[in-house]
Amino acid sequence: MCGIAGLIHRGKSSNVGNELQAMLQALKHRGPDSTGYALYADNDGENFIMRFKVGENVGEGSSSINEDESVYDKRKELVDDMLKNLGAKVLKEEKLTPYSYRYEMKYDDDLMDFSKKIESIESVEILSIGKSLELIKDLGDAKVVLDRYDLGKVTGTHAIGHARMATESGVDIKSAHPFWGYPFSDVSVVHNGQLTNYWNNRRVLENKGMRFMSECDSELIAVYLAEKMRNGATLEEGMKDSLSGLDGVFTYFVATKDSLGMAKDTMAAKPLVLYESDDLVAMGSEEIAIRSILPHEIDTYDPFDGEVKVWQI
Amino acid sequence: MANLKTTEKKTKAQSMGLHTEVLTGKTQQKFFNPDEAENFYYWGTYDVDFNKRIDLDVNDLDCKEANKKIDELMSQGYGTIVIKNPQGKHSLGVGVLNKLNLIFEGSLGYFGVGSIDGPTVRINGRVGWSCAENMMAGKVVIEKNAGSCFGAAVRGGDLICKGSVGARTGIDQKGGTIIVGGDAGAFTGFMMQRGRIIILGNVGINLGDSMYDGTIYVGGKIGSFGSDAIESPMTKSDIDWIKRKLKVAEIGENFDISKMTKVVAGKKLWNYDALEPTEKKGAI
Repeated sequence: MCGIAGLIHRGKSSNVGNELQAMLQALKHRGPDSTGYALYADNDGENFIMRFKVGENVGEGSSSINEDESVYDKRKELVDDMLKNLGAKVLKEEKLTPYSYRYEMKYDDDLMDFSKKIESIESVEILSIGKSLELIKDLGDAKVVLDRYDLGKVTGTHAIGHARMATESGVDIKSAHPFWGYPFSDVSVVHNGQLTNYWNNRRVLENKGMRFMSECDSELIAVYLAEKMRNGATLEEGMKDSLSGLDGVFTYFVATKDSLGMAKDTMAAKPLVLYESDDLVAMGSEEIAIRSILPHEIDTYDPFDGEVKVWQI
Repeated sequence: MANLKTTEKKTKAQSMGLHTEVLTGKTQQKFFNPDEAENFYYWGTYDVDFNKRIDLDVNDLDCKEANKKIDELMSQGYGTIVIKNPQGKHSLGVGVLNKLNLIFEGSLGYFGVGSIDGPTVRINGRVGWSCAENMMAGKVVIEKNAGSCFGAAVRGGDLICKGSVGARTGIDQKGGTIIVGGDAGAFTGFMMQRGRIIILGNVGINLGDSMYDGTIYVGGKIGSFGSDAIESPMTKSDIDWIKRKLKVAEIGENFDISKMTKVVAGKKLWNYDALEPTEKKGAI
């Protein structure tokens, strides 16, 4: 099943951490295994924020192999060495959990090459790189993850999130949503549905140099869009193309530094409820997600089959 | 053996000596015995007084508690129940099997007012997926939009949405009437078996896909016809019937019904046979 939610404030900032938490918590029954946030925060926009993990959360029903925590520290040291070799200057580092970090850094070169080298270190995965994107995902419901990563204070313009029920791959962080749109900064994707031409597309995209970190079919959307944008397509063009390029049933959201988009497959098989006003767009798999932040009576609707929409902040 | 070539199709089975024995056993027992008083009682129903009105705030109740409360109020004879703050909750107002005025001051989530048999429901908001699924009788009016699978497997009554509805409206419909004031999504009337759908706006692709029977009337543009759905000429009785239904639905007052498109089953996909497979073998 899975539940997805997203919101964009147009022309102002808000406490998107708490707002998205309320929306995802309302959708907990659709996905109790893991929760992910992609928050577009009010950062200074000068430096890159890199969030990465050096291991998996092995508790809370995880399907990951248990590892001694000492290996996490060794991997982190290897990441630091690699960053030094790549010429990245780390300005601030935070250890969020034994297996995940948030670095603020300066880096001016190619992100694809950068990511490939960092992720060549065993079990290291970059969750996101961006100047405003803060991508957090872990096992547990929205409240658990919000508290664990102290997201309640995060303010920003827009956000997308995901409550996951694992069906196609394991209960672990690498298969959790959102997926970063590697190698683009500030691009993230969440998806509800199933893609049936995952392996065909994956083989083609891997031959073009794109990287997959999990075997979760949803990751394909992020990589598919990233590849389109790499070849010069706009986000909206890439999304429209995905309606025929991706086979299966899906509703997905994609966010960039200054925009938020939604796409629904041509069978309209997956749910989506949308609220749109001049200063706020909020959407989710069920109306109760929107009601959690807008309790007064509002007008909402289901977008039709094959619909693609993109909003700017 | 009887001559099958000269025997009427409907009597072939009898001619072959099949299905003529007196059937006995558990499945053949009488389901209604007028001598038993309990057979005059429709389980789960109440005699209510429409003039007896009450407000019920469900803001702090989950759907199970809210539905139980509605049941309690009906058992106390309340015939007009106004639900405050439904807040998009799922499965509210399901399984009401008697006459009742049920008014929702707000929006419902998924599976709202499903499996009802008789109440008059007004929803002053929006409804989510599968509203009024399996409705047997009554009238449901939605003031705003509705989600997908609107009126799935409806068997009777009038289901009216004044706004637009999602995909697969009237999927597996078995009777009754679905009326939509706005647009409808893809696969409207998918596999419908009986009943009628009126859409005043546009409809998406694959209209009436694999419909067995029933009729769909569309006022706007049609994305595409589904498999075995064909256009049929509008008749005067169609127009008169739609006019009457729209009046009941309180929408489309000045709508030009004569320009609507009527869609029915082409019946090319029908593969029915009066003979059972074993009988067919015998006949061949």
